[in-house]
Amino acid sequence: MPLEWRRAFALGLLALAAAALLAAACRADRGYNEDELILATTTSLHDSGLLDELAPIFEAEQSISVKIISVGTGAALRMGAEGNADVLLTHAPASERALLDNGDVTSRTLVAYNDFVIIGPPDDPARIGGSSDAADALAQIAQSGAAGGAAFLSRGDDSGTHKKERALWTDAGLSPAFDTDEWYKEVGQGMSATLTVANQRGAYTLTDRGTYLALSSDIPNLIPLVAGDARLLNFYSVMEVNGDKGRINTAAAAAFRAFLLRDDVQALIGGYLRDVYGQPLFIPAGEETETSIAARSDAQP
Amino acid sequence: MELIWDGLREAARLWWTGDAEIIEITLRTLAISSAATALALLIGIPSGAVLALRRFWGRGLLVASVNTGMGMPPVVIGLLVALVLWRSGPLGDLDLIYTPTAMVVAQLLLSLPMVVGFSLASIQSINPRLIGQMWAMGANRRQVLWLLIRETRLGLLAAVMAGFGAAISEVGASLQVGGNLAGETRVLTTAMVLETGRGNFEVAMALGIVLVLLAFAVNLVLTAVQQRRFIA
Repeated sequence: MPLEWRRAFALGLLALAAAALLAAACRADRGYNEDELILATTTSLHDSGLLDELAPIFEAEQSISVKIISVGTGAALRMGAEGNADVLLTHAPASERALLDNGDVTSRTLVAYNDFVIIGPPDDPARIGGSSDAADALAQIAQSGAAGGAAFLSRGDDSGTHKKERALWTDAGLSPAFDTDEWYKEVGQGMSATLTVANQRGAYTLTDRGTYLALSSDIPNLIPLVAGDARLLNFYSVMEVNGDKGRINTAAAAAFRAFLLRDDVQALIGGYLRDVYGQPLFIPAGEETETSIAARSDAQP
Repeated sequence: MELIWDGLREAARLWWTGDAEIIEITLRTLAISSAATALALLIGIPSGAVLALRRFWGRGLLVASVNTGMGMPPVVIGLLVALVLWRSGPLGDLDLIYTPTAMVVAQLLLSLPMVVGFSLASIQSINPRLIGQMWAMGANRRQVLWLLIRETRLGLLAAVMAGFGAAISEVGASLQVGGNLAGETRVLTTAMVLETGRGNFEVAMALGIVLVLLAFAVNLVLTAVQQRRFIA
C-alpha cells in the first residue's frame, strides 16, 4: 500500500522536474529576452501614474514589453548593480553617481524634476511656516521636538526621499535617530503610507510634491510649510545598466532613454495631470542640468 | 466614515458596470491561486500520506519543517524565490521572474505546508487497525487507497481550503516575484497595495470586497461538498 503513495509522490516530483526542464530547454539558449525591458523605478514615480501613461506608447512604438518594477530607490539601484534590471529611473543623485562611477550603469541622464516640500500640521508647533531654508526648518523641528512639541516622521526605507531627508539633517548639523530621539519616528514604508501616518499623528514630514498633491484631499491635517530651497529640488534620472552584467537588454534600454528625452515625450511629462492640480507634477528637464536648474531662482514648481 | 461609504459605493459601481480591469484581475487571481493550490494538492496529499503512514529516519524533522512552513511569512518565500529567479540567481536563465509562473511557484511554496500538514493530521487520525482490517478482508492497493481518501475527505477538503486561502490572500511574495505588472501579474492583493499607495482608497476597498467575496464563494462550495457527506 505505501508503494501506491510513494509512486504518486514520485510522479508528482517527476512532473515538476519535467516542467522545469522543459522551460529551461525552451529558454536557456537565448541570451536575453529581446522584446522585454525591465525598468526598476521608485514607488513615488510609479504611484503618480506617469509611467503607466508613457510605457504603452513606448511599447507600441518598439514592440517591446516594459516590465515596470516599482520599489524603493535603494532597491532599484541595487537591482541595477546586480544586473536584475535593464534600465533604472530613480531620484537619488548622489547614489546614482556612485553607480555610474562604479561602471554599474553606462549612462545617467536627467529626465525631469520637481521639488520636495516639508509639510506638517496647520498649528505648526515648530513655527517653520513660510521659511525657505529647509535645514533651518528641520533644526527648529528638532528643537521643538526635544521640548515635547513637534514630531517628525521619516520614511526610513532608504528611498530617494529618505536619502534627501538625511542629507538635509546633515546640513542642519543634526543626526536624529528613532532610538535616541523621542520625537523622530521611522515608518519604513512608501510615501503615501508615511503621509497617511503623519496625517493621523499630526507630524511633520518630507514629501515629494507629486505624492502630496495626489493625496492632499485625504490628508487634511497636513499643509505645505517649507518649499523653495534649492536643496529641496528632486531630480529624476534615467540610467542604462552596463551590458557586462550579462543578459542585459542594452538596445531596449538605450531606446527607452532616447524615448524619455524626446521632445514630444518631454511635453507629455510636463503636461501630466497639470489640469487636475493646477500645477505640473513633473517639469521636463530638456537640455538643462542639475546645476543650471539649481542656479535659477524660479526653479520651483 | 465617508471613506467607508465611498468604498462600498465604488465597489458596487465597479461590480454593476462590470469593470473590465477588475474582472480581468479577478480571473487572473483565481487562475494563479488555483494552479498553485492544485499543484500543492498533487504534491502535498501524497507527501502528507507518506509522513502519516510511514516511519523513517528524519520523519520528525520533516514534520517539524512542515509545521514551521504553515506559519511561513510570505515575504520570506518571496525573497527566496526572487533570489533564485532573478537574472543574477541560479535559475535566472529561465526568464521566469515577474511572470505568473513565478507567482504560482511562490504561492505553491506557501500553500504546500498547509496541504501537507492538514493531510498528515487527517490521515494520521485514522485508526491503523482499520487499514489492517481492509488488507485482511482482501482489499487490493487501489481499494485501500480509495477508502482512505473517502475516510479522510473532511480533512482533505480542509487541506484544500487552507491551501487555497494561503495562496489567494498573500501579497508579499506576489509583489516580489510578480512585480504587480498591469495586465500580466497584477492580482487582487497586489492591486490593493498599489491603489492604497496611490491614495485611491475607494478602489482599494472595492478590490478588497471582491477578494473577500471570491474567497467566500470558493470556501462555500468546498464547505458544501465537505459538510454534505458529514450530515448524510
